Amino acid sequence: MENENIKSELLKNHPDYKEHQEPWIRMVKVDNVRRGIPLLVRVSALLGAMLTGAIIILAMGSNPVLVYTAMITESLGSPSVLRETIRIAIPLLITGLGIALAFKMRFWNIGAEGQIIAGGVAASYFALFWNGYLPYPMLLIVMFIAAVVAGGIWGMIPAIFKSKWNTNETLFTLMLNYIALEGLRYLQYGPWRDPRAFGFPIISPFPAEARLPTLFGVHIGWIIALLLVVLVHIYMKKSKQGYEISVVGESVQTARYAGINVNLVYLRTMFISGAIAGITGYVTVAGANGTISEEFTGGVGFTAITVAWLAKLNPVAMIVISCFLAILDKGSGPLVNSFGIPSSVAGIITGLFLFFMLGSEFFLNYRLVFRKKEEIKN
Amino acid sequence: MNNSAVKMVNISKSFGTVQANKNVSLEFKRGEILALLGENGSGKTTLMNMLSGIYYQDSGEVFVDGEEVVISSPKDAFDLGIGMIHQHFKLVDVLTAAENIILGLKGSITINRKKLAAEIREISEKYGFALDPNKKVYDMSVSEKQKIEIVKVLYRGADMLILDEPTAVLTPQESDVLFEMLRKMKESGKAVVIITHKLQEVISISDRVAILRKGELVSEMDTSDATIKSLTEAMVGRKVDLAIKREEPHFGEEKLIVTNLTCLNVEGHKALNDVSFSLRAGEILGIAGIAGSGQKELCESITGLYPIENGSIIYRENDIQSELRGLTPAEIIKKGISLAFVPEDRLGMGLVAGLDMVDNMMLKSYNLEKGMLVNRKRPKRVAEMLIKALDIVTPGVSTPVRRLSGGNVQKVLLGREINSEPSVLVVAYPVRGLDINSSYTIYNLLNEQRKKGVAVMYIGEDLDVLIELCDRIMVLCDGVVSGIVDATKATKEQLGFFMTSD
Repeated sequence: MENENIKSELLKNHPDYKEHQEPWIRMVKVDNVRRGIPLLVRVSALLGAMLTGAIIILAMGSNPVLVYTAMITESLGSPSVLRETIRIAIPLLITGLGIALAFKMRFWNIGAEGQIIAGGVAASYFALFWNGYLPYPMLLIVMFIAAVVAGGIWGMIPAIFKSKWNTNETLFTLMLNYIALEGLRYLQYGPWRDPRAFGFPIISPFPAEARLPTLFGVHIGWIIALLLVVLVHIYMKKSKQGYEISVVGESVQTARYAGINVNLVYLRTMFISGAIAGITGYVTVAGANGTISEEFTGGVGFTAITVAWLAKLNPVAMIVISCFLAILDKGSGPLVNSFGIPSSVAGIITGLFLFFMLGSEFFLNYRLVFRKKEEIKN
Repeated sequence: MNNSAVKMVNISKSFGTVQANKNVSLEFKRGEILALLGENGSGKTTLMNMLSGIYYQDSGEVFVDGEEVVISSPKDAFDLGIGMIHQHFKLVDVLTAAENIILGLKGSITINRKKLAAEIREISEKYGFALDPNKKVYDMSVSEKQKIEIVKVLYRGADMLILDEPTAVLTPQESDVLFEMLRKMKESGKAVVIITHKLQEVISISDRVAILRKGELVSEMDTSDATIKSLTEAMVGRKVDLAIKREEPHFGEEKLIVTNLTCLNVEGHKALNDVSFSLRAGEILGIAGIAGSGQKELCESITGLYPIENGSIIYRENDIQSELRGLTPAEIIKKGISLAFVPEDRLGMGLVAGLDMVDNMMLKSYNLEKGMLVNRKRPKRVAEMLIKALDIVTPGVSTPVRRLSGGNVQKVLLGREINSEPSVLVVAYPVRGLDINSSYTIYNLLNEQRKKGVAVMYIGEDLDVLIELCDRIMVLCDGVVSGIVDATKATKEQLGFFMTSD
């Protein structure tokens, strides 16, 4: 203590001492980003993530080059793994589209998870109990409609409460996730439990009539996803309703001034947002899984938030981002077996890529200014 | 005594690609009131924000009492005796004046309220005004709040006071009181800087004027050598015509008849109380009043945005009368009532800041087109036409309007509303924050509308302009109409009296 005081006194008497210094580092907002800079920043982020990941891989006793090569070959190297990767990308893409509509309106829908479950459960109901009453394609169509309506209603509930009582949609949508999940668990452990499953609490597989057909080896969910990209793009950019979403998102006051019925826009958009998440539930149960279980969403409802943000709510960019995340996911899976890297570390490496990608956005908007050297000397 | 308090030498500051200040050197002297003058975006506030520690300069030095200093935080500024009174007050509503004044200061855990109150009284008496230390801020008028801000700065021992547009929110009478205070501060040896737009004030209060243009100091003179004309020309950089062209009125039928209009605010008090007036075609009706006297509620109830408790608003078009009360903005548009409204909050209500000019043009008309999709052809043509007609400075029709300067934003908004060929035009504070040149463009646009036979309602704050521009002036005081006068015969004093009549 005593020493510290003497030290600071000495410092003050030093001729170079300056009581108030210019801040060591400052942020400066960048107005006009030069062409090519965004690409440069993103590539550097990717390299930075790979380098940091390499340190962790080295610490685990593996060769980073081999690990990264394996990640690529395991996700893109052969038609069969490629199909697998696409299967992972489909729900991310569809859900991201739904979330983007809500986010464009600044309605923080983090309830896609619950909306996916609602859609999946509704589709499953028809798959499990209506087979034989409906001819082949009809069953799939009814399942689709059921998923859309159920997901839409699940999405619309928080909007109803927001428009009537101005509730916080972030908490509301989050809580509805748990309600949907517990509802599904109830069905799985109770009324929908498969009696022929040797006591395991599972729901029986769907009949073939309730399975989505495949094209090029992947269920046609990928066609639905691409179709939705086009539709959502047109809806956001060209339709009156899409225009209303942008206005409400920017300023509710302006929307009222323009004669837009803000509550109606909340309800309608959240119905569509939830309905699209419901479609994710549909393609997952009818396409990828062929049944429903409490884990069937795989956290897609949350990961898709990252997809929507990284793509800056642009539907076309979401194709790229969802594929990128799918590559990371698929590629990091086999690391456990081939390299003996714990799955938690594989998760850390995936997380690093996301961290660097999201963090790099900062450098597109801001530039850092360091204190100049000669000022320190002065 | 050396009377130089603060000296800025070769100060430069840029934000991104915008150079806010460029090699500005300026001296502030004790016992002097310096007026800092300049158009919007000329860098006045940025320059002062560097003195008060909010920004840090890219290059250049600051000297206080001859010694070089580094001001990297508001605390540094306080320590050096520099205090700034911002345009928007930074007070806690539920605390008393005294509590606000000591907020953020180091001190003992308990407050010696008696001593504090005595100190505050001493300061306020010294400069010739009254401030009740125990009054809560939410009970105070705007000018009282401003006094707290001033005492706050003085209490911390400031030798130099910077006031950013202090009279923008005051009545003429209140401004006079403020000026009296400033003169007393000057006499007691403080350096006072006042940032303002109003040239009359510069002439009446300041000793010296410094004029900034596009971030550079273009002129510095003793006020005794300055005239309004010379100041304007130095500010704008060329000769300007400062007359509002008023032509003989041709009044038509009564377009809008408001009777016994009463509206409640959130707390249930009467924001508008039994307001009755009419608005004729070909006339500009000015609405004067202290900020918050019901102007906002008046505009918004006419345009369907504010619930009406009692009374009626009749709109007349060729002897067909329609009741506007109870209609939503969408219903007003649908009925074909051509009512245009330029709200006070341009980017928060009149325009969508993040969208481009084309999308903003169709804000009120996108739904009139048939079909599900929007048609951007027509709004694009309107946007291009307005850019040409009103000299709007913008990189293009697809630039978000947020990026435009204040004057250009207002031209986009007013342009869109005028383009809808309204028969009633309601404008709220259309020149607030605009520089003198843009302001006159706006006045002329309004006069053109008047000539075309539009009924214009103009909510204003500058009484000189209201008298010069309007045909009649209605004064609101606390939601009540305290007077409607013929503008050609009105005086500022008379209006000021009505503004505070209760």
